Amino acid sequence: MQSIQLDTDILILGGGAAGCYAALTLQKTAPKARVLILEKAEIRRSGCLAAGVNALNAYIVPGKTPEFYVDYAKKDAHGIVREDLLLTMSQRLNQVTHHLEQLGLVILKDENGNYVTRGNRNIKINGENIKPILAEAVQACPNVTVMNHVNAVEYLVRDNRIQGVFANDVREEKLYTIRCKACICATGGAAGLYRPNNPGFSRHKMWYPPFNTGAGYAMGIRAGAEMTTFEMRFIALRCKDTIAPTGTLAQGVGAKQVNSLGEVYEQKYGLTTSQRVYGTVMENREGRGPCYLRTKGITEQQADSLKRAYLNMAPSQTLKWLENGSSPAEENVEIEGTEPYIIGGHTASGYWVDSKRMTTIEGLFAAGDVAGGCPQKYVTGALAEGEIAGEAAAAYVSSTLQPLPEGYLSQQAAAVQKFFDNDASGFTTEELEEAMQGVMDHYAGGIGTDYGFTEAGLAIADRKILRLMDLSEQVRVSDMQELTRLFELKERLLVCRVVIAHLADRRETRWHCFAENLDHPETDDSWLQYVNSRYENGEIHMLHRPLTGRYETYEHSH
Amino acid sequence: MSIHIDRTACIGCGQCAEICPGTLIRMTDGKAEMRYPKECWGCVSCVKQCPVHAVSLYLGADIGGMGSRMTVKKEGSLLHWTVTHPDQTTETITVDSRDANQY
Repeated sequence: MQSIQLDTDILILGGGAAGCYAALTLQKTAPKARVLILEKAEIRRSGCLAAGVNALNAYIVPGKTPEFYVDYAKKDAHGIVREDLLLTMSQRLNQVTHHLEQLGLVILKDENGNYVTRGNRNIKINGENIKPILAEAVQACPNVTVMNHVNAVEYLVRDNRIQGVFANDVREEKLYTIRCKACICATGGAAGLYRPNNPGFSRHKMWYPPFNTGAGYAMGIRAGAEMTTFEMRFIALRCKDTIAPTGTLAQGVGAKQVNSLGEVYEQKYGLTTSQRVYGTVMENREGRGPCYLRTKGITEQQADSLKRAYLNMAPSQTLKWLENGSSPAEENVEIEGTEPYIIGGHTASGYWVDSKRMTTIEGLFAAGDVAGGCPQKYVTGALAEGEIAGEAAAAYVSSTLQPLPEGYLSQQAAAVQKFFDNDASGFTTEELEEAMQGVMDHYAGGIGTDYGFTEAGLAIADRKILRLMDLSEQVRVSDMQELTRLFELKERLLVCRVVIAHLADRRETRWHCFAENLDHPETDDSWLQYVNSRYENGEIHMLHRPLTGRYETYEHSH
Repeated sequence: MSIHIDRTACIGCGQCAEICPGTLIRMTDGKAEMRYPKECWGCVSCVKQCPVHAVSLYLGADIGGMGSRMTVKKEGSLLHWTVTHPDQTTETITVDSRDANQY
């Protein structure tokens, strides 16, 4: 095993939408700073945008204001948002969109050259190549280096200040210790915590990238960073089997949610994201399932357009239509809720950050799905946060690199070697991952219980997850890929513990399905506050904070 | 959800192994091999990357797959998406990447 030490000025973890845009921002704001992106996969097709995306869902359309977007996100989150973060993000949505267009993204325009809108917040694009476009722009920045197939594992923090990161190569026997003056975490959210819709062969056919394993969350939790709102899980309403997006059908051709009797049920339960999922759960539970998006009756021309649109973001859905010889014009599209995810880009789970996106660890910034308090980011919001964090990191960099603690490299190498030396009698990573997903599904509100949970069940879940954490120490690995998988399992287990603690702490049901607390089934407005947590010596400490105002500038009180 | 690699057609360039966001493809004996078929997300990055169209997407039987496979061929700004059914009949949908989605 080779141990390699590197230095940089600003280290970016994750080359997805937020990480790429942070790098592009640093090229402008700190052109002399050395910027290094660690990317677990390959930057051209990594993160949420690997397959593409077919609309930009966060855009301030003509006649609307950033405040309108904040209002929408706040309502959808039933009040638990950081309005200061939402506003600063919303103010930048359009400029990052125009920049994307300059970089080469195709955006639909009318005869006057204005963007064609889809609803109140969305514009239509061809986003099949959105990730290669971003990656190319990053690769053209002279001060930015990208290291592909390198997986960040642990922060090096001293006196509550970021010093660097420990990482492993995913394929070669190389370990990296990288010192930095500032770090932007943009590793995305966490999928794979709960048993997925199709737990067999197609277990990774999920909404969120299965390769987003909560690395940034886990690293922050271990380092004692404050986290927020992990109890506000995200559950997507998706096309059955392919778990493909439904927004294209609902907003694109106006397809309504209907039950098996053909009744439109969406008005009955409300139209926020969590209520849409809840309505579908309830219709099924009360014997009126399966549920569908009513596409039957659209024109063949519309159906063909839909097949094309899905190729640009979820080609499996088009394959399904062609394979079945069916068409959305002839058959409604069956829908289902996914397993819960933890993701700060749709809901509000993530690092507790100040208005400049600095976490409670000095010099460590967060952007995109890993950053909390600011839901409904979608692609452009992630870019906007990358820009804010990039600007803040550029302004922060002045400190000098600190010497590594004595023996750090050899300690890290020994900690890794241990997993290669474990005897082969232990469980495998795959077995423990399956066990974890089963525990979370059964006791912590997965698909199996219609997302509901009880305090008694959560207590069992925590005990079982702790036991799995112990067992994960005994896993034997034989190569770097297996080592990476094991690290991912450990990340997920720790994130699960924090999710369980947060679910138990909020003693109300503010969001159906997202946090369906069966012991406290009503909304209680005394809980109009943030539920935050800090991890210290193996214990999760909960704390509550009052809601932050829209025009406030929030600063940490270190 | 997974991909199929035609080992006869594979030229061993390794581009699919490089691009896969899950690092699920490995090169063995000079050919690409899908090492972890159950861990595929279905993003088709490898399908798009393969210069000889040896990589195809299929749906697992557990999500309704019946054996059809999808490949994509780039030609300038055009993407020709072809589905080959088990009886070897094919259907192709062409998308121009200069055109935005209508929905």
